Amino acid sequence: MQTNNKSSFSSLKTFLCDPFRMFGVVSVLLLLLLTVAPAKDYFSQWRSYQRQYLNLIRNRSNAVTLLRHFQGGIQQIWIPQLGVIDRCQTCHVGVTESSLSDVKEQPFRAHPPIPHKLTEFGCVVCHRGQGAATTVSEAHHSKMAGEEPILPMRYIEASCGQCHHEPLEGTPKLNRGRLLLARYGCVNCHAINLPDGSTIQATDNPPPLTHIADKTTREWIYAWLKDPTSYSASSTMPNFLFSDADASDISAFLIANSTSQPGDSMAYPATASGSASDSSAGAVLYGESFCASCHATQNAAGNLVGGDLGPELTNVGTKVKPGWLMAWLKDPHTYDPTTKMPQYRWTEQQLQTLTAYVASKTDPDFVANVHLQPATQAQIAHGKKLVIEYGCASCHEITGIPKPDNFAPDLSRVGSKPLVQLIFLPGMEQSLPAYLAEKIRRPRAFGPSLHMPKYSFTSSQIEDLTTALLSFTNRSFTLPPNLQIPAVQDTNYRPAGHAGQLMANINCLSCHRINGNGGTMAPDLSWEGSSVQKPWLDAFLKNPNTLRPTLIRRMPKFNLTDSERTVLTNYIMTVYQTPAFERDEMPLSGYSPDLVEKGRQLFYSKYACQSCHMVNPNQDKGYIGPTLTTVGARLNAAWIFHYLKDPQAMRPETIEPNQHMSDEDARALTAFLMAQKTISGQGAK
Amino acid sequence: MIFAMLLSAAVSGCDHKKALPPSLTAKATGAALVVVSGDKQLGSPGSQLPQPLILQVNDDQGNAITGAKVQLTGPPGVDFTPQQILTDDNGQATFKVVLAGIDGRYELTASSQDAHGKPLTVMIPEYAAGYQQEVGYEINEKYCSRCHNPDSTSEQVSNYDNLAVKPHRFSDGTIYNNLSETDLTTIISHGGVAMNRSALMPPYGWTLNKAEIQGVIAYIRLVSDPPYVAPGVVYQKP
Ligand code: HEC
Repeated sequence: MQTNNKSSFSSLKTFLCDPFRMFGVVSVLLLLLLTVAPAKDYFSQWRSYQRQYLNLIRNRSNAVTLLRHFQGGIQQIWIPQLGVIDRCQTCHVGVTESSLSDVKEQPFRAHPPIPHKLTEFGCVVCHRGQGAATTVSEAHHSKMAGEEPILPMRYIEASCGQCHHEPLEGTPKLNRGRLLLARYGCVNCHAINLPDGSTIQATDNPPPLTHIADKTTREWIYAWLKDPTSYSASSTMPNFLFSDADASDISAFLIANSTSQPGDSMAYPATASGSASDSSAGAVLYGESFCASCHATQNAAGNLVGGDLGPELTNVGTKVKPGWLMAWLKDPHTYDPTTKMPQYRWTEQQLQTLTAYVASKTDPDFVANVHLQPATQAQIAHGKKLVIEYGCASCHEITGIPKPDNFAPDLSRVGSKPLVQLIFLPGMEQSLPAYLAEKIRRPRAFGPSLHMPKYSFTSSQIEDLTTALLSFTNRSFTLPPNLQIPAVQDTNYRPAGHAGQLMANINCLSCHRINGNGGTMAPDLSWEGSSVQKPWLDAFLKNPNTLRPTLIRRMPKFNLTDSERTVLTNYIMTVYQTPAFERDEMPLSGYSPDLVEKGRQLFYSKYACQSCHMVNPNQDKGYIGPTLTTVGARLNAAWIFHYLKDPQAMRPETIEPNQHMSDEDARALTAFLMAQKTISGQGAK
Repeated sequence: MIFAMLLSAAVSGCDHKKALPPSLTAKATGAALVVVSGDKQLGSPGSQLPQPLILQVNDDQGNAITGAKVQLTGPPGVDFTPQQILTDDNGQATFKVVLAGIDGRYELTASSQDAHGKPLTVMIPEYAAGYQQEVGYEINEKYCSRCHNPDSTSEQVSNYDNLAVKPHRFSDGTIYNNLSETDLTTIISHGGVAMNRSALMPPYGWTLNKAEIQGVIAYIRLVSDPPYVAPGVVYQKP
C-alpha cells in the first residue's frame, strides 16, 4: 500500500513540475473557487423559495397581478425608529397578497388580516426571531446570546400586549392571562411595571390574619395550609407544599399572634342550630338575600354555582366558628374594614337562622384527621420564621410582620429573559415559553429550596398566563412611548357625606361602577339620577325585584330603614346626573294619543323592539333586554329619548344596537314607552 | 473488517431513522364510528383545542364496542395525543388535538375498521381563529348569538324561540355561503329591512365599526359548514 502511494505521489509531482500544466490546474481551481459564491447564492434557500413561489402563482387565476407584484432578490423592511430590519419577505413572498389567504404551504401564505400594516411594524416586533437573517434556521431558531427565536403561534397574542395594556377584542388568551395574574395575586409578590408607568393590581383580596383566632381554629389553618384546594376547589391561595411540621408551626404562630377584636364574635345560642325548619328558613333567606350573586357553592353534580366576588361557601361551616360567623353577618366591617361584603340589616332572628344555615355547610373529613399537640414556644418561633421566609405578609396583613418589598423577582421584562439565564429541567424543551409554563406548573421542580408556591391551574390557564408573561418584554420599553395604549385604571372615587357612609356600608361599589370606580357585575350608576324616576328608585331600594328574569345575579335586599332609603334616593337623584341633557327636558306624561300610537307602530314594525323587549306580556316574548311593561313609571322621558338616539353614549357596554333614529321617531317611541305605566292587560289603576 | 463494521453501523443507523409508534392491535371491531363530542370547535392557531375530541365505535345495533382501534390523521402540523387508541369501556376514544400554526379550517379524519377489514371513517372539522375571526367570535358572543344560536345555557338564555322570523346559525353554510360579502355587510350594517327581510334583524352599522363587521363576516366564513369557498381564488393543480 505504502509503496503504491509513494509512487503515485511522485508521478503527481512530475506532472505538476511542468509550469504550463501547473498554470492550467491552478486556473481551473481558481475558476471553481470563484463559482462557489454565486453557486451558493444560486442554490440558497431563499432563491429556492422564490422559485417555488413563482411556480405556485403560475396556476392561479390572478397570476398576472401576482407576477407583477413579485420582486426577486432580498427584500427588506427598514423602520429605524422601531429598530426593525426585516428580510422575512424574501422567503415569505406572498405575505401581503390577500388573494393567497387560502394557501396552506408556508412560507407562501398571505398574512391573516390584523389591524396593523406590515410596513408600519415589520415582522419581528410581533413574531420575534432574527429579521436580518436570510436562512430559516438563523431567522427562526437562533439561540445565540442576545438573539431570540421566533415566538410559537400559540403565544402570539403576547405581542399585542407590548403596546396594548387594555383588553382587546381579538386577544382572549392575553386578556385572560392578565386577569389571572391579578386574580391569583401573582403581583402581590412579583412586581410588574408596565412601560406606561402603571402596574398590574391584584384583585384577590386576601383576608387579614390579625384576628384569625376569632374566626377559625388551628386545625383548620393546618389543613388549609396543607392543601387549600381540598377545602375549596376555587381557592386562589396556592399550595406552598409545607411539611406537616412546618404547617403545624405556622398554624401555631398565626393563632398565637392573633389578637382578639372586640365585636367580631358574639354569643351564638347552641339551640339555634340543627332544626329542620330552621334550615329551610335559612335556605330561603340565603336565596332571598342573593348571597349566590357573590358566593358560589358546589351543587350535587360537583359544579360551582354562584358568583366569585366572595369566597366559595361549600364547606364554610368547617372553617368558621359560629359566633364569629354571626358577628360577621351582622357587620363584616368589624372584622375586615376593607371587605366587599355589604352589611345587611338582618334582625337578630334572621341572623341566627342564616348563621345556622351557613354553618351547616361542612366537610367534616377536612379536619377529621388533624390532631395537633399544644404549641410550644419553639414551634411558634419557628412558625414566625417560616411566615417571614415564605412572604405570607406579601398578601396577608399579619401583626408584627411588615409587607416585604420585592419579595419575588420583578417580572416587568420576563418576556425577554435571555435563554442563557434560564435553567432547564432535564428533557424539557429549551425555550422561554416552555420555561415559563413549567415554572408555573411545577415551580419546585426547579429547586427544592425555592419558595414559589404551586397553583392548580389547568393547562389552558397556564397557556394564558404564559402569554401574559411573554408580553412583558424589553421591546415594549424601547418602542416609542406614543405607541403605548394604557389600560383604563380605576379612579379612587368614593361617594361623600352621609350617603357616602351608607354606600360604603352596603358596599355599592363592590358591584356597581360609579365615576370610574367599582365593580362591573351590576349597571354603572354614574348617571342613574338622570335615568330613573325618584319614586321608582325608592321602591326599588325597598324591594329590589329584578328587571331581567333571566339573570342569575341579582340586587339583594339590604333592609334599609326608611330614612336611610331617603338619604340614598336623594343623593342618587341629585348627584348622579349626566351632563349630556337636562333631566326634566321632557315631560313624564301627557303625550298625545296620536304620538303614542305612532310610537307603538314604530316599536312593533320599523324597529321590531319586541325581538328583545316585552311591553305587553300577553303578546311579546323577547327577554334579552329589560322588561318594559312598566317602563313609563321607571325611566325618565329625556333619558329614554337620548338613549334611543345613541345607546352606547348613555351606557357604553350596552348591546342595544344604535338604530340611527331620527328625533321624530325617538320622540314617538319615547311617548309610547312613557305610556307604559302599568302592566297592560291588568287594567289601568 | 473496519469497513464491514462501518457499514453495519451505517445500516443499523438507518434502521433507527424514524421509529413509528408501535401499532396497536385491535381487540374488537365495530360497524360504525361516530363523533361523541369535540368536533367543530373554535381554537386558536398552534394551540390545543379547548375540549378533547371523543369518538365512539358501535356495533350494528348501536351498542358501544370496547377495544376497537381508532386512529386520527390530519393536515401537516396538527398534533394528536395519542395518535391511535383502543376504545375504552364505554366504547369511546379520547384525543387531545393541537392545531397547526395557521388559522383556518382543519379537516381531521378518524378511522377504524369493521369486521371485514373495511375502513370506517369520519371527517371532523375543527377551526383555528386568527385575529380577525377571533374579533368576530367575540362580537357574535356579545351581540348575535342570543338570536342566532338556538341553544341556551344557564348564563345566557337564547332568544331564538321568541322570534317570529327565525334567523340561522352562523355555521349554516347552506344559507351563508349564498350570501356575498356585500350582502352580509348590508344586512349586518343596515338590518333585515335593507334586504327586504324582517326588521327583527337589527342594524349594527352604527354600533359596530367596520373592522368588527369584517370580523363577524370572517368568523361566519370560518365556521361555515359546508365550508365556504371564496370566489375568484380558483386555481388548477399543476
Ligand atoms: C334580535 C335578534 C337578532 C340579533 C341580536 C341578531 N340577529 Fe341577525 N337575524 C335575526 C333574524 C330574525 C334574522 C332573519 C331575518 C329574515 O330572514 O327575515 C336574521 C338574519 C341575519 C342574517 C341573514 C342570514 C339569516 O340568518 O337569515 C345575517 C347575516 C345576520 N342576521 C347577521 C347578524 C349579526 C352579524 C348579528 C350580530 C352583530 C346579528 N345578526 C344579530 C335576528 C337577530
